[in-house]
Amino acid sequence: MDLKVEGLNVSYDEKSILKNISFNVKSGEIVTIIGPNGSGKSTLIKTISRYLKPRSGDIYFNEVNIRRINTKEIARNLAVLPQVKAVSSDVSIEELVSYGRFPHLKFGKRMGKDDKEVIAWSLEKTGLFHMKDRYVATLSGGERQRAWIAMTLAQKPKMLLLDEPTTFLDICYQMETLEMVKDLNKTLGITVVMVLHDINQAARYSDKMMVMHEGELREYGEPCRIVSKDLLKDIFRIDADIYEDKVNNCPYFIPKKNNNTAGKCQDD
Amino acid sequence: MTNINRKDKIKKGTILIACICFSIVGFFISIMNGAVKISPSEIISAIFFEEATVNYQIIWNVRLPRTITASLVGTSLALSGCILQGVMRNPLASPNIIGVSSGAGLMTLIVLIIFPDYYYLAPLGAFAGALLATLFIYFLAWKEGAATTRLILAGVAVSSLLGAGNNAIMTFYPEKVAGVIGFMVGGLSSTNWKHVDMIFNYAVIGIILLLFVTNKLNILMLGDEVATGLGLNVEATRFFFIIISSLLAGAAVSVVGLLGFVGLIVPHITRLFIGSDYRYLIPATIFTGSAVVVLCDTLARVMFAPLEIPVGIIMSALGAPFFLYLLRRKKEH
Repeated sequence: MDLKVEGLNVSYDEKSILKNISFNVKSGEIVTIIGPNGSGKSTLIKTISRYLKPRSGDIYFNEVNIRRINTKEIARNLAVLPQVKAVSSDVSIEELVSYGRFPHLKFGKRMGKDDKEVIAWSLEKTGLFHMKDRYVATLSGGERQRAWIAMTLAQKPKMLLLDEPTTFLDICYQMETLEMVKDLNKTLGITVVMVLHDINQAARYSDKMMVMHEGELREYGEPCRIVSKDLLKDIFRIDADIYEDKVNNCPYFIPKKNNNTAGKCQDD
Repeated sequence: MTNINRKDKIKKGTILIACICFSIVGFFISIMNGAVKISPSEIISAIFFEEATVNYQIIWNVRLPRTITASLVGTSLALSGCILQGVMRNPLASPNIIGVSSGAGLMTLIVLIIFPDYYYLAPLGAFAGALLATLFIYFLAWKEGAATTRLILAGVAVSSLLGAGNNAIMTFYPEKVAGVIGFMVGGLSSTNWKHVDMIFNYAVIGIILLLFVTNKLNILMLGDEVATGLGLNVEATRFFFIIISSLLAGAAVSVVGLLGFVGLIVPHITRLFIGSDYRYLIPATIFTGSAVVVLCDTLARVMFAPLEIPVGIIMSALGAPFFLYLLRRKKEH
């Protein structure tokens, strides 16, 4: 699914959070939004997922303005995995995944055979089928994240929005989650737009990277162009050396020793 | 569907049937007991064969309207609390939090104390007060959407403001307070068919509307962002549920007075038994709410007969300890 964002402005209490953001995401791409804290990355994802209302600007899915599409209709094509989510202590994995069928259900109708097939497929795809009766609340952080991804899969989306899917996970689960996202992108052709904090991971798993800074879209392009000494210094305020990861065919950086410590992460 | 899944469904279905039986038994116990004891067979013959005995008179004119009212009131308040706890995602939410009690209380006091000539407007006033307070709270909490924390804070603030109004009226008119105590505590004495009429439509409409949208409550429980992502219009849905719960609780309060405790505790007790899936929780709450109020009212009539105590007192005295017991027992497992 193509995504087009045009002149997006979002503000909260007169404070402008996103300033005139425009970009395109082509169908089948993985695009990762990076940027320092408070740069507006999460706000951007929340606006595209229609949780926040823009002050001005438009969002198009496959050239159709989302203001013209019913929200349930959107949910049949676009799945969202936000950072903040809740689940009652007695909800099983299968039950959580079944909620992903909600946008496909007609008013007052129960789930049919094909809904159940999609749920089983989502569980299979995320490797959760053998434990589908366990309560989500009892799972480890990584398994829980997989259960949520399975729920979004049950929506049968063409595009997936992920807001920091690896936060609070250990490195093994971070890799597992990102590998799974990549696999879903490759095998099912799901377009992915996500926010990541780890720039090296973003460079490794994305087709394109988007750099946000103080509410503006500063750079947008392929990882080898984005991950540069100047950009890391200008936007992330670190000195770093750039190397090439020949195995994964992507750039990576190693930060140098930070000379001025306290207060360096704040803006001047 | 696997074994465990099916087992879970059977278990929840069984609990639901138990809740239904509980409320039917409660209904009969309520009609049987009182100043005159009536046997179940007499009740059946009175209801279905309409034999004109003394017991027939007692059943039709006294016990039946009172029991039906108690049942509908219990259902309405319990459902109202059950929805609010879900919508606000807060276990302490109850009809009080959306201003139902304070709004209804203030309007009723104004009618009964300041305009006593219009006493017959008191139920209408209570109903209007409940709804107006809810809308006012919603309006105050609105800021590009009504977040649950803002709703709860606005609810607490408005409730205490209206509560101050209540106290002010009672301070200025101390001689008339005795007449409104029954309303403040909540009671079912001298209930008749008129009261059934007052609440019946609201309760039935509320129940039917809710049974169609229980899955929306499940979705809402996942958080606003997830629910939006799943194509639920969170604001509209939340507003719908808050209005429904205000209507249900407002109708109940206008009949029996401030019987707020049911709305807090019955949904919790039901949840402890049947779990948090609203597709089961809502139907179960309909019956547990009814049974609890009906049984507590029976106790209120029988315990110190011929003296009758307000059902609200019984409910708090029995409900709170039982609830705490369940809470502790649940933790140990």
